[in-house]
Amino acid sequence: MLRRAIVRLFTGIALIFAVVTITFFLVNLAPGDPARLWVGPGAGQMELDAARRALGLDRPLVARYVTWLADFARGEWGTSLAQQRPVSRVLFDALPHTLLLSGASLLLTYVGGIIVGMFQAVKRRTSLDTMITTATMVVYGMPAYWLALVLVLLFSYGTARHGWPAVLQFPALGAAGLDADFLNPWGRFLDRVEHLVLPLTTLALIGIAGTARYVRGAVLDVQDLDYVRTARAKGLTPAGVGLRHVLRNALLPLITLLGLSLPALFSGTVFVEVIFAWPGVGREMVGAVGARDYPVVVAATAVFAALVVLGNILADLLYAVADPRLRSPTR
Amino acid sequence: MSTWRAVIRDRRAVTGLAMLAVMAVVALAAPWLAPADPMAQADILETRFLGPLATGPDGTIRWLGTDQLGRDLLSRLIFGTRISLSVGLLAALIAVVLGTAIGAIAATGGGALERVLMAVTDAVLALPRLVLLLALVALFQPGFWLVVLVIGFTGWMPVARLARAEVKGLLARPFIEAATAAGASRGRLLLRHLLPNALTPVVVAAALGIGNAIALEAGLSFLGLGIPAPTPSWGNMISSGRDALVQAPWIATLPGLAIVAAVVACNLIGDGVRDALDPQARTFGSV
Repeated sequence: MLRRAIVRLFTGIALIFAVVTITFFLVNLAPGDPARLWVGPGAGQMELDAARRALGLDRPLVARYVTWLADFARGEWGTSLAQQRPVSRVLFDALPHTLLLSGASLLLTYVGGIIVGMFQAVKRRTSLDTMITTATMVVYGMPAYWLALVLVLLFSYGTARHGWPAVLQFPALGAAGLDADFLNPWGRFLDRVEHLVLPLTTLALIGIAGTARYVRGAVLDVQDLDYVRTARAKGLTPAGVGLRHVLRNALLPLITLLGLSLPALFSGTVFVEVIFAWPGVGREMVGAVGARDYPVVVAATAVFAALVVLGNILADLLYAVADPRLRSPTR
Repeated sequence: MSTWRAVIRDRRAVTGLAMLAVMAVVALAAPWLAPADPMAQADILETRFLGPLATGPDGTIRWLGTDQLGRDLLSRLIFGTRISLSVGLLAALIAVVLGTAIGAIAATGGGALERVLMAVTDAVLALPRLVLLLALVALFQPGFWLVVLVIGFTGWMPVARLARAEVKGLLARPFIEAATAAGASRGRLLLRHLLPNALTPVVVAAALGIGNAIALEAGLSFLGLGIPAPTPSWGNMISSGRDALVQAPWIATLPGLAIVAAVVACNLIGDGVRDALDPQARTFGSV
């Protein structure tokens, strides 16, 4: 199991290396001149040349790649052209927000998805099951940014307009209120939670819909197998059969799914961060794309790749914990 | 062909196909169906933010209202169908052709070539597709063909894996051995015997791919990095409606319903075809 983890770690590092290499060459071979952006439209040729030297753009591409890669590996990711501060600072300030949002939504997605999917499997082929199946299909088809706007419409503006109870009123922008610094610790915590509600609901609803679709099928597949019938014949309670035998075995493919669904989760996070002005990596990246701030674009791509790789290693380890067959060292 | 009969008998697949067929008709007949010019602006002060079913100053009914520039929303939705469907189909086509080629080459080539191709496939697959798209569109001027190309070139990976698995399975079958024994060349083997038989799972991937491509085009356009204004795309319509969310909620919400319908239609087809072909397989799908 340790060997497996180490192998995964090294393939993961190789993957991140490949990603940053490809992005570097794409960015540097693309039309457009970063030096021009740096000096601004009014600058003359001499200033442009000076900027080119300062940015190292006068050297051959391969030489630039080697220096850049060495710097990148050391965590020196250059300076953001738009914000004029280190890229590593920009992204590491943003990272905790992204981790909080995506981590919390992953948790809700799986807990909610398993509950809904199990419920559907128990009520299979009833009209309730059909209704939920249709609902999950529709919700799963919703674009995250659109669902986000609908939630803002309902629970930021709608609540105020229609006089719904104040508990249903949530902030539509940012990760904390403007007055957060003046609140006591408990108030600050509540403020953070309030700001998390709508972005998290957006991601979790779509995630739960996708997971429930999968869980329902996985549980139905396992439900009719011999060992489940045996467990029932032994006189186990339905709940005991469901939890110990059906769910346990249906969960295994779900862990694989966890790794596979991470890229989609982060895609959704990018949109949600943009809509809710959530100060995470995705919002920084979209802003950087708009501003042609290439150092940030490249580094943000690497950060997302690293997050997916880490998530996959985690899923792998989880799999080994959940499946005793993978735990034994004999292989 | 019994698989196709199974597909036609599947209620979901038929529903999805019917939904897409309606959208295709809307897209093709857009100039005749749309009540107004989707880009026409009359006197903005008089025509903007008209609610659904309101009557404009010229006496025409605005079935779905107007946006903040006084443009007819129904007409923009109808013309947006053209963008969505054409981006979806073209991008999925690129992805399927590229993916099938890479998968088939990997499967028939074998050895180091196969390992390298599949490693690259897995590597690209591990990235959030939107992040890939963002990195790519950052480099070029936004426009219709850029959107088609970047979505196509970031969608081939699942197809490549499917195609490789399928072709590898076929390679072990007796009819391939027979064709080899009869002296078929490698190219002939690939084009005449392997690809036609590997086609069906690729169709599933294509159906899901169209839905993903439609959602991604709308997403890029929503971020202002896809189809540029004033051409109506469901995504840039939502984006412009975002600025008037409270005043005129219909501008942002209605195009979203169109996207949901298109994506659900493609997923229904994908589900139906997959169950008809192979009741065991199940995927999560990714956007």
